[in-house]
Amino acid sequence: MTNFLVIENINAAYGDIQTLWDVSLQVKQGEIVALIGPNGAGKTTLMRLIAGLHKPMSGTVHLADVPLHALPAYDIAKQGVILVPEGRRLFGGMTVLDNLELGAYSRRAREARFKTMARVFELFPILEERQRQYANTMSGGQQQMLAIGRAMMGLPKLLMLDEPSLGLAPLIVENIFEIIKLMNDQGVTIFLVEQNARKALELANRAYILEQGRVVGTGTGRELLQNDEVRQAYLGLAPAAVK
Amino acid sequence: MSIATFLQTLVFGLFTGGIYGVAAIGLALVFGVMKMLNIAHGELVMLGGYVSFWVFSAYGMDPFISLLIVIPALFILGLILDRSVYRHIVRLLGEEKIKNSMLVSFGLTLVLQNLAQWLFTADERSIQVAYAGDGFNIFGVLLPYTRLATLAIALVAILGLNYFLHKTYPGKAILATAEDFESAELAGININRIYMMTFALGASLAAIAGTFVTVTYGLSPSIGIIWTLKALIVIVLAGTGSILGAFPAGILLGVVEALSGAFVNPSYREVIGLVIFILVLIVRPQGLFARR
Repeated sequence: MTNFLVIENINAAYGDIQTLWDVSLQVKQGEIVALIGPNGAGKTTLMRLIAGLHKPMSGTVHLADVPLHALPAYDIAKQGVILVPEGRRLFGGMTVLDNLELGAYSRRAREARFKTMARVFELFPILEERQRQYANTMSGGQQQMLAIGRAMMGLPKLLMLDEPSLGLAPLIVENIFEIIKLMNDQGVTIFLVEQNARKALELANRAYILEQGRVVGTGTGRELLQNDEVRQAYLGLAPAAVK
Repeated sequence: MSIATFLQTLVFGLFTGGIYGVAAIGLALVFGVMKMLNIAHGELVMLGGYVSFWVFSAYGMDPFISLLIVIPALFILGLILDRSVYRHIVRLLGEEKIKNSMLVSFGLTLVLQNLAQWLFTADERSIQVAYAGDGFNIFGVLLPYTRLATLAIALVAILGLNYFLHKTYPGKAILATAEDFESAELAGININRIYMMTFALGASLAAIAGTFVTVTYGLSPSIGIIWTLKALIVIVLAGTGSILGAFPAGILLGVVEALSGAFVNPSYREVIGLVIFILVLIVRPQGLFARR
């Protein structure tokens, strides 16, 4: 598999405080890659930076050969790099249908919007039932489904999810993760940030660990689940049994 | 006081309120979407009035027909002002944005006022159409054609805006940008273009208000600030989250002012409008027409 998303030597600051230090990582086409790490490690900053909402001080982000770091956020979305932001950030005063339609704003996505919407409704039947409802009147789980549905409307090649399980009931989390897996099976490359490290590592082909703005470890999901430091720091488990 | 006098007062309040509503909704649109306060909105009303006056006096064009020229003229001026001035402010965040927008647009009011004075002199102008005094007389209540026309055009403009914002793709993109500009960008919406379009739309609405002002009252380079203040009162009444609510709020203010002018004392006209304004702020601080 070839590298799809390539991040090289990114330094970024939030105000006067540097939050990312020389971060490099790659996501290959068709992979699910997770980014785990403690609060304040810079995970959200990195996601926002790839999506173009935040600009790096130095370093590059490429998708295939397109330099994303040089593009404004709306152009990055047109390239098929879609972020489901932390906290969902729906258009709360607008209907479910409006939210979905707006997700397909770029020309490429707009032409296919009826077909895509049928697929979204297939995955999330509740959204079809509630299409006239205002987004901010729905439950947290439904809102997360709408956030993912809105992202799907943009025809993502690379779907980034920032804390998709935050604040949701376990059953809903299960459902959301199944859908992420399903989308990946259909060819969408996934890059996700997750607090729930166990779930993320079980789902992901590979993962990176970000601590205090630096990549401090990487490996396959399975490797990291067996890694003693990861087990203690992120999974709250004893070291793996000695073979 | 007879019923006819009461109705007459009410009707004139309605007419005046329609102008308040149109003047306010342009300001509300810019405020709601761009999150900046354009103090120079009244100056756009004033300039719209001058374009209308100029077309009328140079070519004798009816002011209601000349809207077809005045609106595009102010739309283009709005584009120019956005590209040259407001584009630099709209990027700022939070308090910094609102403060800078007020400072810069206040500066712009002085520039535009002086420009108008230089171009059109400080003389008071107005448009007197041939049918200015005519109207319907229904049971002793006079409905002048010019006033009826302003209210009808105001309604058409507001309904058109409502349709545009809620039923078309670019309109929904404007509302989405107002709700969450980052989410809008993530959805592939070019928010700079949205801001430019929004400001030009606001200026177009000011053009309509300016034409109405010139037909019903009078015009001078200094009237801008009065209309900015009126529009501000109206959008706070409506609730700053409600763009289209500015129109009914404008009507309400117009009617309250007219009735208090007639029943209390003409010199208290505006005072009572402001008392209502303060009462609304106390009882319903989120505004009359804001959701939540």
